[in-house]
Amino acid sequence: MTTATEIAEAQLKMPLQRGPNVERRLLQRTFKPLFGTPVNAAVTLVCLWVLWLGVKGAYGWLVTRAVTEGGAQACKVGQGACWPFYEAKLRFMIFGVYPYDEHWRVLLAMTLFLGAIGITMVPRFWNRKLLVLWGITIAATAVLIGGGIFGLRYVPTTQWSGLPLSFLLSAVGLALGFPLGVLLALARSSKLPAIRVIAIVFIEVIRGVPLISILFMASVMLPLFMPSGVTVDKLLRAQIAIIIFAAAYIAEAVRGGLQAIPRGQHEASSAMGLHYWQSMRLVVLPQALKIAIPPLVNISIGFFQDTTLVTIIGLLDFLSTVRTAMQDPAWVGIAVMEGYVFAAAVFLFFSYGMGAYSRFLERRMRLGHD
Amino acid sequence: MIQSKSMARWLAMGLIAGVAAVSAAPASAQATLDTVKKRGKILCGVSPVAPGFSYADDKGIRRGFDVDICRAVSAAIFADPDKVEYVPLNTNVRFQAVQSGEVDILSRQNTWSYTRDASLGLDFGPVVFYDGQGLMAPAKLNVKSAGELANAAICLLPGTTTLQNLEDFFRPKNIKYESVVFENSDEWRNAFFNGRCDAITTDRSDLASVRAIANDPSQYVVLPETISKEPLAPTIRQNDPNWRDILNWSIYALIGAEEKGVTQAKVDEFLKSEDPEIQRMLGVNGDFGKMLGLDNKWAYNIIKSVGNYGEVFDRNLGPKTRLGLTRGPNELWTKGGLLYSPPFR
Repeated sequence: MTTATEIAEAQLKMPLQRGPNVERRLLQRTFKPLFGTPVNAAVTLVCLWVLWLGVKGAYGWLVTRAVTEGGAQACKVGQGACWPFYEAKLRFMIFGVYPYDEHWRVLLAMTLFLGAIGITMVPRFWNRKLLVLWGITIAATAVLIGGGIFGLRYVPTTQWSGLPLSFLLSAVGLALGFPLGVLLALARSSKLPAIRVIAIVFIEVIRGVPLISILFMASVMLPLFMPSGVTVDKLLRAQIAIIIFAAAYIAEAVRGGLQAIPRGQHEASSAMGLHYWQSMRLVVLPQALKIAIPPLVNISIGFFQDTTLVTIIGLLDFLSTVRTAMQDPAWVGIAVMEGYVFAAAVFLFFSYGMGAYSRFLERRMRLGHD
Repeated sequence: MIQSKSMARWLAMGLIAGVAAVSAAPASAQATLDTVKKRGKILCGVSPVAPGFSYADDKGIRRGFDVDICRAVSAAIFADPDKVEYVPLNTNVRFQAVQSGEVDILSRQNTWSYTRDASLGLDFGPVVFYDGQGLMAPAKLNVKSAGELANAAICLLPGTTTLQNLEDFFRPKNIKYESVVFENSDEWRNAFFNGRCDAITTDRSDLASVRAIANDPSQYVVLPETISKEPLAPTIRQNDPNWRDILNWSIYALIGAEEKGVTQAKVDEFLKSEDPEIQRMLGVNGDFGKMLGLDNKWAYNIIKSVGNYGEVFDRNLGPKTRLGLTRGPNELWTKGGLLYSPPFR
């Protein structure tokens, strides 16, 4: 009788027994494309060399040459990363001009928010309860950040800034832009000419102008047309502009998905007695949206980065808080590299996360050509 | 990004023209002072970032010279310098923000010029900082004046008038040069430090701070020419004389206090001063605050909370800061500068 340990041992030995064979194959598989021909070998060596230079440079800058103590003066003299800058400015770069003593509220809100996104990303939890979760999360986030009730100090939107603002603008923009975009895509492929024309005009006009000019219209022109004394919150105006812009782009991605669905699917669902909305909701859209995942993720990553444009209308998004930190008279001209490296790392982290998730989704939904 | 930014600038200029044509500057039905009092705070437009003038400290609190102007007005109205909400505004949108009522005061290194004053539906307060465009070159080039910069590469930031001033200065002299525009001040500065530019041009106050930031300031010289006048003055909506008076006299109180030697630390001692003008200014005698619709202690509150002009200057821009500016023309008239406050009587 073989015990579990024996099996485990046997399994451990197995690769050892087949070692030479596997090794040879592995060697062949890696060696051949990398060093098989002189050109390949040269390219590989150059790449390794560049990689080594990069790693060495980064390590030297971040660790060996880094300035770990002292103030701005030490960093001015030193050649490496300036850790005192991060120490002094980290909270500002992340939270911006939000009141210092209330940072915990934003931190808590962001934790809730990212937690909810994390849960939403797991396919097992895809059901109606998610809507409840999001209802609670959004309410809690709004109360925590805005305050004004439950003894929380009121914080005007002009003080919402930094990374939370970037999250807010892109997440709300995409979340509300998505349903609007799907509706626009459906309208654009509608058989009713009036609806179709309206959708086409809307989409093409929005896509035909840069985001920055829409932000400008929202922040500069709109207030001039309002009756005097009436002001709409600047953040809200920017947010609406982003939602509208996102919707137009999402609409086109979804339309691409819709066009890939064969007519037969529509006809079959009509034959089964489903009316338009039923056939869309149950048959066509689920398939179309699956196809549209890669462009949709593309749009999401793009919008997360495009929120940096709101700096032009004076909102302090994450990149502008980083740049503001760098321009503090005590640090100006000293921590330029540090600031941009930090901003790049944060953007890379979240953008890569989104990309990785989309690859996971695609695999799970078997979108490949297998 | 750069393209879209400059496109935005064109768009904004178009908008300014359009707005000026319509001149929909809302002749506010309500006086600004009443609105501000009802709201409980002043809306103050500032630069998002301008070292020394407007920036955020480690705790995210706004500080700087421009910021202190708004704090002074806040102290005059509310006896508290912190009843201010700061609205960061870029050059593209700053004047529309005043016109549309988004801010009550624009304290943002704005140059007071004829067209802006006459055609944009705006009023300018007293000049708080006399600046002017200058040039700086590396000492090793051995350039003694701007006239010697023939065929030089001159680097600049895309200000509204920077390039025009440069052109106006060089063209009559028939001097050829190459202008290189940078979108970002860090790049611009580094290009100069790395020898990409033979000279840089911007307002003299900025030149001084760029020089102060350099590893070895003695390697750079600011050339003697001042090629433009840049009087920086806070901006408000037109047609509110009371609000304008409050802004004007808040700034005159800063200047007047320095003239009389009244400082933040010693303002309480000066309440017992025998000088009748100090007595009137600090509200010991007379009903001066009431005339503006303010408390009689308004000027006392300004000095108590932000100090006099000299203190504001030294704290944000002076030799002890990294920007290390000297007073230059921003010295009292009694000391050969241009600052002059009308009398408090």
